[in-house]
Amino acid sequence: MRYMPHTADERREMLEKIGVGSVGDLFADIPKETRLDALLDLPRHASEMEVEKNFRKFAGKNLSPYSTPSFLGAGAYQHHVPSVADHIIQRSEFLTAYTPYQPEISQGTLQALFEFQTQVALITGMEVANASMYDGATACAEAVLMACRVTRRKKAILSGNLHPHYRGTTHTTLQFTEFEAKSLSPVIEGDEDFSEVLSEETACVVVQNPDFFGRVRDLTDLAGKCHEVGALLVVVVNEVVSLGMMTSPGEMGADIVACEGQSIGVPLSFGGPYVGLLATRQKFVRQMPGRLCGETIDQDGKRGFVLTLSTREQHIRREKATSNICTNAGLCSLAFTIHMSLLGETGLTKLSHLNHGEAVTAAEALAAIDGVEVVNDSFFNEFTVRLPMDAADAVEKLAAKGVLGGVPVSRLIPNHPKLSNLLLVAVTETCAESDLAALVSALKEIL
Amino acid sequence: MLNNQGRPTQPAASHDTGEIFETFTGNKALDLETPLIFEQGVPGRVGVDMAEPKKVKNRLGGLERKGAIGLPDLSEPQVLRHFVRLSRQNYAIDSGFYPLGSCTMKHNPRINEKVARLAGLGDLHPLQPASTVQGALELIDSLAHWLKTITGMPAIAMSPAAGAHGELCGVMAIRAAHEAKGEARQRILVPESAHGTNPATAALCGYKVDAVPARADGRMDLDAFAEKLGPDVAGVMLTNPNTCGLFENDIRKIADMVHEIGGYFYCDGANLNAILGQVRPGDLGVDAMHINLHKTFSTPHGGGGPGAGPVVLSEALAPFAPVPYVRHGENGFELIEHAEGEAEKSFGRMKTFHGQMGMFIRALAYMQSHGSDGLCQIAEDAVLNANYIRVGLNDMLHSPFDGICMHEALFDDSSLKGTEVTTLDLAKAMIDEGFHPMTMYFPLVVHGAMLIEPTESESRQTLDQFIGAMRHLLTRAKEGDVAYFQGAPHFAPRRRLDETGAARKPVLRWTPPEGEGASDEAKLSAAS
Repeated sequence: MRYMPHTADERREMLEKIGVGSVGDLFADIPKETRLDALLDLPRHASEMEVEKNFRKFAGKNLSPYSTPSFLGAGAYQHHVPSVADHIIQRSEFLTAYTPYQPEISQGTLQALFEFQTQVALITGMEVANASMYDGATACAEAVLMACRVTRRKKAILSGNLHPHYRGTTHTTLQFTEFEAKSLSPVIEGDEDFSEVLSEETACVVVQNPDFFGRVRDLTDLAGKCHEVGALLVVVVNEVVSLGMMTSPGEMGADIVACEGQSIGVPLSFGGPYVGLLATRQKFVRQMPGRLCGETIDQDGKRGFVLTLSTREQHIRREKATSNICTNAGLCSLAFTIHMSLLGETGLTKLSHLNHGEAVTAAEALAAIDGVEVVNDSFFNEFTVRLPMDAADAVEKLAAKGVLGGVPVSRLIPNHPKLSNLLLVAVTETCAESDLAALVSALKEIL
Repeated sequence: MLNNQGRPTQPAASHDTGEIFETFTGNKALDLETPLIFEQGVPGRVGVDMAEPKKVKNRLGGLERKGAIGLPDLSEPQVLRHFVRLSRQNYAIDSGFYPLGSCTMKHNPRINEKVARLAGLGDLHPLQPASTVQGALELIDSLAHWLKTITGMPAIAMSPAAGAHGELCGVMAIRAAHEAKGEARQRILVPESAHGTNPATAALCGYKVDAVPARADGRMDLDAFAEKLGPDVAGVMLTNPNTCGLFENDIRKIADMVHEIGGYFYCDGANLNAILGQVRPGDLGVDAMHINLHKTFSTPHGGGGPGAGPVVLSEALAPFAPVPYVRHGENGFELIEHAEGEAEKSFGRMKTFHGQMGMFIRALAYMQSHGSDGLCQIAEDAVLNANYIRVGLNDMLHSPFDGICMHEALFDDSSLKGTEVTTLDLAKAMIDEGFHPMTMYFPLVVHGAMLIEPTESESRQTLDQFIGAMRHLLTRAKEGDVAYFQGAPHFAPRRRLDETGAARKPVLRWTPPEGEGASDEAKLSAAS
C-alpha cells in the first residue's frame, strides 16, 4: 500500500525490538471476543487511477452550476475563486500544518490569521474579530450565546427573516441551555417590528442584512432601541460581498456581527466546509468564543504572532469554557484572506458594484415577464420573485431545461402556503448575459 | 557539542555574537520576512480583473457605504509572494515528522485534493434540485456506509462540522432520548484524562460534569465509576483508546454498567486510528461516537481546520439524529432536510446545509485507497510505530503506565527532575532538531506529559532519527546544558514569543499608526 513505508522485514524487526511475537500481541488489551478475525466487509485497496475514476463517476452524475445558467443563493453564492487562492491553500506548509500551538514554527498560519481578523473587523465595521467559526449559522448561534453571557440575560429574539438554517442552528444550540431563542414569523412586505417583543429581559435581537429574502434595511434605529433596553444587536451577513458597497453593520450600531464568509475565496463544495466570521467590540472580547490570534514579540524583539486569550477555551477551562469549539475553519479562512488581499479596497468595491448591477438588470428583466413580480424594493445581489405557480415545481421544470433558476423559499420554509410561490434569485459576477436570457426564456416557457 | 555523525550541532556564532550576520533586509537567504498585507498596499492597485459594473439605478435603499473600508490594494504577484513567504514560516507534515499526540498527523494524499476539486463535485451548490446532484448524494451515502461498516454501528449523522461539533451532536442525541422518555437526568460522567471538549460539550447540553479518576494503570477507575453511577446519570463520555494511549480494557463492563442504569455510552472517537479493522465500537456497547475525518481519515488539518465530525449512533439514539440526512427514495437519493414526518424526533439542525462535503470527498478517497486490507494495516503500523518509540526511549524517559501502548506513547517529566529543563524546553529544542514537538502537558493527569503519536505514515528511519534526537537531548539536559534548552528554539523563524504579554494587552488586529489613514500608511510603506 503506497502510503505505508514498512516492509514485512522491517515490521518483524521492529516487533522483535519491542519484544512481542506478533502484531496481534500489541492489541491484547482489546477484549478477545470482540477482536475482528477477518477483514471488514469492504472493497480492498485501490490504485490512485481507480480512485480517480470512481470520483469522476460521482461527478458525472451531477450538474455543475458553473457549466449552466445558475441563479442559486440562499446563503451560498456562486463567485469566481481566483486561482492564486486555491493554489496557496494547497501549499504543503498551509495544507498540512496543525493548529499553530508552536508559534515559533507556525508564523505563516498565525500572521495570516492576524490579517484575516483585521480584514473581518474592517469589512464589518467592528473593532475585533476571531480566527473564524465553522460557518455562518454556527457563528450566529455562538453570537447569541455570547450576547447572553455579556448581558447576563436569557432571551434572544431571532428575526423571521433570518436564514432558516441560522434560526434552526441557533435553536438547536440553545435547546438544552438555560437560554432561549424566540423566532418571529417571516415578513414578506414591510419592515419587521420588534417593539412588541423587545424588553429589558432581551439579551439580543438577531437580524440578517440583506435579509433571507434579499432586502436591505437600515438597522440604526433598531440598534438604538436594543441599546435603550440594554440588549445587544447581532447582525448576520451571509453575502459578504455586499459589504463592499453597503453601510457596515458596525456603522449602524451592531454589537456582534456573524457572517458566512464563503463568498470570498471558498468554493461552493455542496455546502461545506465554509467559514464563519465573528466580530464584535473590543470590550466584549473576553466573552468571545473561538480562537484568537494576537501580536507580540519574540525573545529577540521581533514582531510575531501567537494564539491568545486561550483561558476562555475548552482545553483550559473545560466545562466553564465560552464554547466547546476546538477548531476554526483554518484553510477556508486562509482562502478568504488571500482572495480579500487580491481584491483590496478597489477590487471589493468593484466586485460589489458588479454584482449589484447584474442583479438590478436581472430583476428588471424578470419583472417584465407576465405574471412575475419582484417582491423586494431593495436588494443587493439576491431578490425574491413571486411566480404565478408553485416555485418548487418551477425550479424542477427549469432544471429539466438545464437552468438552475433559483431556490424556492418552500425548500427552507416548508408548510407555509403563502410562501410557496416565492423564488429566491441570486445574480453574481459569474452570470453572463446569455445566462439571464436563458432564464427569462425558460421561465416564459414554463409559466 | 557533536551529533551522532561527529559534526558540530551549532554554528560557530551563537546568538550573542551573531550581530555580524545581520542583513540589511532582515532576510537570511531562503528565510524571507514579509510585512503585514496592510503594510504593502498602494491605493489603486488590484489583484483581480473583472468587467466594468453596469450603470444602474441603485436599489440599496439608501444604504450605500459612505467612507472607505481601509483594505490595502495589491497586485496578484505581490499577494502570491506574500503568502508563499508566509507559508515558509510553517512546519508541516509534508516537510517533517509531526508526532503530536492525540492529533494524528498523518500523510495527506494529493489524490484526495484532486478529486475534491473535480468539476461537478467541488463546485456544486447545496440547494440545487436533488435531481441534479444524485452523484453527490450517492457519495455521502457511500461514505456513510464505509463509516458504519468500520464502526459496526447502524446509523450515522453526517453533518457535524468537527470533532467537538460531533460530540455536541452525540450528547444532544442522548439528552433528546432521555427527554423523549420523560427523564430529566443531570449528570454526565467524564474521566479526568478526557479532552477539554468533553466537559465543555456536556455543559453546553445542560449537564453537570462529574469527573471520574484514573486507576494506577491509566484506565478509568471502575470502582469510582460504579460509585458515581445513579439514576440521574445521563451517560458516560469515554475516549477509547484513551488520551494516555491505552485501550480501556473494561470497556464492555463500562457499557453494561451505564446501560443498566438507563444511561448511554458516548465514545470520543478521536483515537479511532488505532483500532481500524481490529475491533468495531459497535461491538463494545457504544451508543454514539464521533469520527474526526481530519485525523483518522486524513483530511488535511489546514492549520486548524476545517474538520468534519460525523457521528455513528446506536438504534436507541438513531431517531434523534440531526437533519439533514440522505436516504434512498422513489426517485433515487433524496435529502430529508426538516425535523418533521419520519424525522420528527430529530433534535434539529446543527449547521447550514448538509455537512462538510469537501471533507467527505477526501475521506472517502482515502478509504477507497486503503480498502479493508489497508485500513487494518493502518492500525497495526500506527500501534507498531508508537511501541517502537516507547521502547526506544523508555530507558531514558519515564512512562507513567507500564506495558504496551496503542497508537501513542506517553511519558512524564520525572526523568527531567533536577535538570531545570522542563517539558516545554525539551519541546522547543526538538524544533531545532527539525521535528515538530510532541503534545505537551496533555493529558492533564500526567505531570509534564509528553504524548508522542507517530502514525502509520512514518518510516523506521524517521523513527530512529527521532529517537536518536530525543536521546541526544535528554543526555544533554542531564549534563546540565540548561541555557541551551531555555534559549531554544535557536534556529526557527522566531524565538520564544511573549505569550503572557500578548494575553495581558491583546492586540488582535492591525491598526494604522496614529494620525494616519490606512491609505497614507500604505503609501508610506510603499515609499520606504
